[in-house]
Amino acid sequence: MSDCYRIAIIGSGPAGLSAAARAAALGLSHVLLEKTDHLSDTIYKYQKGKHVMATPSQLVLRSDLAFDAGKRETVLGLWDNQTADHKVNVRRHAEIKSIVGTGDPIPGSIMKTVTRKRDGTSEIKEMQRLAPPYKLTLADGSEVMAETVVLAIGTQGNPNLMGCPGGNLPHVQYQLDDPAMYNDEHIFVIGGGDAGIENALGLAGDAAQGNVVTLVNRGGEFSTAKDANVKALMAARDAGRISIMLGTTTRSIEPGWIVLETADGEVRARCDRIIARMGSAPPRGFVEACGVEFASNDRLAFPKLSAVFESTAPGIFVIGALAGYPLIKHCMNQGHDVVEFINGNTSLKPADEPILEAKFAGLPGGRSVADWLELLRSNVGILNGMSPLQMREFMLDSQARAYRAGDVIFERNAPGSSLFGIAEGQVLVEVNPNDPSITVGLGKGEIFGEVGLISGRKRGATIRAGTDCILVEISRTAALKLMSAVPSASREVTRVTTERSLLQIFKSGLTPADLKDAVAAAKVETMKAGQALIKEGEEGDDIFIIRSGSMVVEKAIGGKPVFLSYVPAGSYVGEMAVIDGGRRTATVRAAVKSDVIRIPGEAFRPLLAAKPGLTARLREEMSSRTQLNSYIESKKDSFEGVVDMYTGVANFLVDNGVGEATDVLLIDETLCIGCDNCEKACADSHDGLSRLDREAGRTYAHLHVPTSCRHCEHPHCMADCPPNAIHRGPTGEVYIDDTCIGCGNCQRNCPYGVIRMDKVPPKRPWLISWMLFGQGPGPGEPGLKWKKKHADPEAPKKAIKCDMCSGQSGGPACVRACPTGAAIRVNPEQFLSVALLDRKGG
Amino acid sequence: MRGRAVTRAPRDIAHEGFLTHGRMRWAKVAGGLSVLAIVAYALVDQTPRPNGGTALGYLLGTLGLLLIVWLSTIGLRKRIITTKPYSLKAWTSAHVYLGLSLIVIGTLHAGFQLGWNVHTLAWVLMMLVIVSGIYGVVVYARLPAQLSANRNEATQPQMLEAIRTLDRQLDTAAQPLARAEADLVRLSLEECEVSGGLWQRLTARHPRCGNARARDAIQGLVNEQMRRAKPDPALTQILFLLERKDAALAQARRHIRMKTQLEIWLYLHVPMTIALLVALTAHVLSVFIYW
Ligand SMILES: Cc1cc2nc3c(=O)[nH]c(=O)nc-3n(C[C@H](O)[C@H](O)[C@H](O)COP(=O)(O)OP(=O)(O)OC[C@H]3O[C@@H](n4cnc5c(N)ncnc54)[C@H](O)[C@@H]3O)c2cc1C
Ligand code: HEM
Repeated sequence: MSDCYRIAIIGSGPAGLSAAARAAALGLSHVLLEKTDHLSDTIYKYQKGKHVMATPSQLVLRSDLAFDAGKRETVLGLWDNQTADHKVNVRRHAEIKSIVGTGDPIPGSIMKTVTRKRDGTSEIKEMQRLAPPYKLTLADGSEVMAETVVLAIGTQGNPNLMGCPGGNLPHVQYQLDDPAMYNDEHIFVIGGGDAGIENALGLAGDAAQGNVVTLVNRGGEFSTAKDANVKALMAARDAGRISIMLGTTTRSIEPGWIVLETADGEVRARCDRIIARMGSAPPRGFVEACGVEFASNDRLAFPKLSAVFESTAPGIFVIGALAGYPLIKHCMNQGHDVVEFINGNTSLKPADEPILEAKFAGLPGGRSVADWLELLRSNVGILNGMSPLQMREFMLDSQARAYRAGDVIFERNAPGSSLFGIAEGQVLVEVNPNDPSITVGLGKGEIFGEVGLISGRKRGATIRAGTDCILVEISRTAALKLMSAVPSASREVTRVTTERSLLQIFKSGLTPADLKDAVAAAKVETMKAGQALIKEGEEGDDIFIIRSGSMVVEKAIGGKPVFLSYVPAGSYVGEMAVIDGGRRTATVRAAVKSDVIRIPGEAFRPLLAAKPGLTARLREEMSSRTQLNSYIESKKDSFEGVVDMYTGVANFLVDNGVGEATDVLLIDETLCIGCDNCEKACADSHDGLSRLDREAGRTYAHLHVPTSCRHCEHPHCMADCPPNAIHRGPTGEVYIDDTCIGCGNCQRNCPYGVIRMDKVPPKRPWLISWMLFGQGPGPGEPGLKWKKKHADPEAPKKAIKCDMCSGQSGGPACVRACPTGAAIRVNPEQFLSVALLDRKGG
Repeated sequence: MRGRAVTRAPRDIAHEGFLTHGRMRWAKVAGGLSVLAIVAYALVDQTPRPNGGTALGYLLGTLGLLLIVWLSTIGLRKRIITTKPYSLKAWTSAHVYLGLSLIVIGTLHAGFQLGWNVHTLAWVLMMLVIVSGIYGVVVYARLPAQLSANRNEATQPQMLEAIRTLDRQLDTAAQPLARAEADLVRLSLEECEVSGGLWQRLTARHPRCGNARARDAIQGLVNEQMRRAKPDPALTQILFLLERKDAALAQARRHIRMKTQLEIWLYLHVPMTIALLVALTAHVLSVFIYW
């Protein structure tokens, strides 16, 4: 085997490039294999001229390649040159399809992969791992041999391909860089997600291009796309600019033609170009097939790695975004480090050492970083299953803190979604808000704060340090990662939430011991938005605690469903049947995707029997609910129209995301004079950029939900933020800090379209000089022209959204600045109550 | 400390409009003020006769002046967005009711002595400002619900875009037509304004609207063809598009009409306010100089 490389690096993103450059600098035999015809495809695909950011700034760069914040073109150009200067051995057009060992079977090393099928069943495959050297097979069939493999393929994955005959013809493409490039063509866009819709709209946007655009969607509706996109698409269809084919699949493709299978049979149509946007398959399947095991089946899980980035397949290393480090600097440092490790350097300290040192600096005990990490890992129960590498990554998003006895850790009703683990000492939970002296203790190894993490709601109790103690505060992101990486941690968090929600909701002198059976029988279930948890008239006496999300309760009166109430996370439903027996008296369905804890009736009844206090408590709640129901029923008799209106408004608000909101701007259109002073005030109190579009959005019965942030309980925007720049602030607002890198993920993830990417406009002349001399653009957001003329073209675009005017003692400016009282901010619990009924009635 | 339960800036959760704000607090204040002024005017002996020169006259005059100056500052309050708590709604509410009380205060101050002089000019200007304000309140109360219903979730840019799209479709559909018919379509494309001048914006009436003319003419052609045989499908398509454009135009014009009505009075209210402030200055100066 003469041609066996020491290291094969797959993927030329920042991670792979940096690894290859280090290998070249060390003079190791290496090859860098890249799928496309250029380096660093993810960055290559950024929008033209995008400002690439170099966060976190405290992290030193350790790489043979240079990197600094700057334009995409500059960064890529620099890397191209430096890659050539370092004489990196690059092979482009080299997509790796498989990696298999060619040595002996490794005893006891068996890779199990679970594939879930659409019908819910799953299949387990077993694969015997073979020792290195590895044989890498390329898409063109050629092979490369290597002793070690560095996988740096990022998380982009591969677009789902057209499987039908003709799917490989050259006029089938999976990306649309510039819609303006195509003229007078018959174009079919396949796929009704946001990407497909945006492409179709782009191609049809300018009638002068003369394209005939058809959007083909397999389903009957556009369930995965954003509302705003669907609306724009429908408008384009109504305007005759786009044709839409629903419930349609592609049968075959021929040069110049496409054959489609529709509900009414086969259709053959002229077609010059096909743009297939059918989502992409994450790279996980490929990676697992190489023998690399993932931490769990969770969608968020990353590969299991050792402290030197080695995966469960010996000799295969994983770095970069695929390893869970989504920032360019991290990726480059890892590229450097992994090659050093492979080359036998054991004394290398990770580049994030100074950051971690700073994190532990204020703590008593004078331990080293490694000792601290080990102390936290072994003392805090849910961290036991972590590897040293995972601990390091985990700590980057977490904080260790020392508290003195008596210090308050957080107060009841404070917002917060972080989880705390007790590494040393003891804390006290004030279980009775009226009497702080009644407390329950939690000791070393236990966790708290899980309610905020799981439900997204405010803290339920004040917690203070019982003794001097050392706690680790785990940010929401780190906690979610932890739960997907360490299944035992996830189970423990679930158990603790179940037990504590029961204690907190039912109180009545219950102790954890009383709940043992109920907790053991409890199951967490996920409900889709709109799915019914309980149906009116059905049998059943399970009781449900809403863990996250929210529910609406409805009852059929006179044949029509009438909205009864809104039930937020942290409450329970289904108690009536378990107390009184009988059938369900109302329907409860999920307002948004929600998690519920189901406690079977038979596990709950013994509790009721043993604790009369609990029964009394439930009865009390039940009677107040019954009272509400009969109030609404009585209204229904006399004021049918009012109740229908109330139901209509409530359902409308729930459909528009108010069910997952914590604070939402509504406009009463019986008062709104359209002066847009709300938008102007928004712009004027935030660097001249408005975060609100008053006129856009849905309206029902003169109640308008404008395009503006709802500050969701579980913000969609937070889901995938590489620098972790989105947080919940002290008054519950969801805001974006300065570390934003402008990648646009949050904008794509927000289902309500309330985030915009923009640069901060320059300061404008004083208001007085506008009033007296007409200088500058006046109040509100400056017009495009003025911005163009005065703005710095180099300024980076960042994500901009509502921060609820946090830090302004007057509260939200949009509401303050409304001259007629049309703009109101509400939270769903207050607003979706009988008060609304009375309001609409009066 | 981290983890503190920070109380939010206090919020107005009553959801009242500006007229009913604070359970009509300012209506009560202004009403009380007016009643007080009337009672004082009736009871206090003013010699030789009631006017601005008596003690009560001074009192009312000073009050009126202060009120007018304060009422004028709402223009600033509206535009200077500070971070401290304030509510423009509360300001508007107070503005409206205290502004109305000026009818009583200002008139009693003058002691019903009106004539052709700078003093009466100030009074007249004040009344004009007030009357325009009353018109404003009336439209603020009546139009928003209609505006919302007419909008039907469409934004103004969307309405205009819909019309432009119909224009493009008309343009394409007119290509195969004969010259004379195509000229009719051009009426709709070239002689049809959405908004127009002030009068048109205020009334939404466009008697010479090119689209309506084109529609009527094409309708005539189609009717005629129908009598004989089947109408030309190209022409019926055009008719269909013209009718849609008609509906789109009507919606956009209604929108513009109401928006204009909601704004137009401010173009009287504000300049009159400035004139009033000037006249008031003259009034006060002349009183002090010639007295
Ligand atoms: C729009 C956007 C903006 C961003 N902005 C910033 C920013 O400003 N600052 C920042 O720090 N981070 C930013 N990020 C994140 C950052 O770009 C990524 O996390 C980073 O590029 C990941 O690097 P990587 O080396 O792990 O993988 P990637 O950069 O994804 O590179 C993977 C490479 O592997 C190749 N490849 C994949 N599969 C195969 C295969 N089977 N065979 C051969 N080659 C293969 C791909 O073609 C690609 O070139 C942004 C991300 C996005 C999407
Ligand atoms: C002498 C008395 C008054 C003066 C000097 C005065 C002055 C003003 C000024 C300067 C503005 C600001 C307009 C702007 O900048 O947009 C204003 C607004 C307004 N005024 Fe008056 N006004 C007076 C009386 C009244 C009265 C009697 C009413 C109603 C009955 C009234 C109703 C209003 C309303 C509704 C607004 C609009 C508020 C808004 O939309 O922001 N005003 N007035």
